[in-house]
Amino acid sequence: MYTYEHSVLLDESKCTGCTTCLKHCPTEAIRIKGGRAVINPKRCIDCGECIRVCPHKAKKAVCGKLSDMERFKWKIALPAPSLYGQFDNLEEIDYVLDGLLKIGFDDVFEVSKAAELVTAYTRTYLKLDVVKKPAISSACPVISRLISLRFPSLSEHIIHMLPPMEVAAKLAKDKALADHPELKPEEIGVCFISPCPAKASYVKNGFASYKSCVDEVVSINDIYFLLIGKMKKSDDVPQLSESGRIGIGWARSGGEATAIFNDDYLAADGIDNVIRVLDQLENGNIPPVEFIELNACAGGCVGGVLTIQNPFIARARLQTLRRYLPVSKNQVSKEDSEYIPEHYLFDDLPEYMPISRLSDSIAKSMRMLADIHSFKDTLPGIDCGSCGSPTCRAFAEDVIKGLAEVDGCPIKALREIKEGRDA
Amino acid sequence: MQEHLIFRFDVDGEDFTSAGQASVHVKKNLRQIGIDPETIRRVSIAMYEGEINMVIHAGGGVAEVHVYDEYIEIILDDRGPGISDIDKAMQEGYSTASDNIRSLGFGAGMGLPNMKKNTDKLDIFSTVGVGTKIVMRVNYKN
Repeated sequence: MYTYEHSVLLDESKCTGCTTCLKHCPTEAIRIKGGRAVINPKRCIDCGECIRVCPHKAKKAVCGKLSDMERFKWKIALPAPSLYGQFDNLEEIDYVLDGLLKIGFDDVFEVSKAAELVTAYTRTYLKLDVVKKPAISSACPVISRLISLRFPSLSEHIIHMLPPMEVAAKLAKDKALADHPELKPEEIGVCFISPCPAKASYVKNGFASYKSCVDEVVSINDIYFLLIGKMKKSDDVPQLSESGRIGIGWARSGGEATAIFNDDYLAADGIDNVIRVLDQLENGNIPPVEFIELNACAGGCVGGVLTIQNPFIARARLQTLRRYLPVSKNQVSKEDSEYIPEHYLFDDLPEYMPISRLSDSIAKSMRMLADIHSFKDTLPGIDCGSCGSPTCRAFAEDVIKGLAEVDGCPIKALREIKEGRDA
Repeated sequence: MQEHLIFRFDVDGEDFTSAGQASVHVKKNLRQIGIDPETIRRVSIAMYEGEINMVIHAGGGVAEVHVYDEYIEIILDDRGPGISDIDKAMQEGYSTASDNIRSLGFGAGMGLPNMKKNTDKLDIFSTVGVGTKIVMRVNYKN
């Protein structure tokens, strides 16, 4: 049974059945059926493009609520570094962290702090003989899922370092237990403040056999107004931030890669660009690089669909915020960095699911594919989406698979009526 | 002759930017048939190198992919200048590409060797002044 739980949902009352999401979905996971968009969960990679483009705000991300944290006695916020780029004239990260405490969290643990530690160990990781180059970052969950679904031959390039969110969750829980011996592990809850729905999916579903340590995921736009109301700029705000330029830099495309201090890297952002890079990588047509950072959102995590601010503005603000920070506030000594602790690594990748396979038998699939091609040739080829499939090719596929009616193309029907009249 | 599938692509010799499109297209189709990822990767590399070769050396040509029960055949056919010394052309690092092409990052002399490495059989039929036909075969488990 298919049990993957997604974080992108449709509000049927708002969906008009327009074809905007249909045309933008990078994995062709959407069809319009009965005047409503339907997402095929097996194809969806939680990239959030449909949420971004929907003109009727009918696509929603399913995240947790702050109130869901009430079940924990000790509540810890894990702010994503992209959160810091959402505020005007922010001089100190501490104002944000103090605000999080004021909206009800007992402690904060910055994901950017964990990111600096992940960076330090990634430098070690990349020197290991077993690592297949170019190594591909595992930080963006959309990319990991995309590779496992569509580029299985590249799976072995993904580094087995856990994303900073997970490392932050573990370290935050350990710290809480050490600081407060009276707490039981189950009384401690960590809540990731997320720029995107993909992180929520990662937390719900885990990653292959890995189970997430994060308890709740709340979106940046959900807490934004509450938070901004509690933030104040003053000198008596406690000094809480333990992030340097590297940690904050992870919020934007290229931040993770440049932090490794190796110029042989490639960073691509925006899902369509990423797919092109992966296609080229699969063809062996990429200059020799050591490390590849890929982000589904344009601009990197600051471009997440659950953020408030335009990614370029957010990025510019982070630039200002980073200016007077040290490179990193979380150095790992040379000796310590030689061995990567177990809790920074994961074991296995999701299994390849041949979702686009037409049938279980190659012979049958070949016949079906031949039928798809010949049927496609009878279609107008303008990829208008009126039939409910994203392209004429996709429609032909749906018809041959029995998922769409053979007379579902209105343009073709119109043409036939006209020809009949003219004849 | 057994039933088999054919994909046919015109490779535009004028257009560097579209080189590689046929290989992306073939990948999608092979995934739908249910060919295993490793075979798809090999076909895709061989196909891509072939496409690039036709653009660089022959001013374009025709690429065909035939899918049979147990193997995939890639046929590249061009009306380019032909290859005068095939053994030499098969050597890694040997290239007749112009400096201009090399400055674009192509012409490293790895095209044919890469095609050989990723296929189970490779035959080159070439006549100087007439053109080149390359037939490659990649076996797969059905």
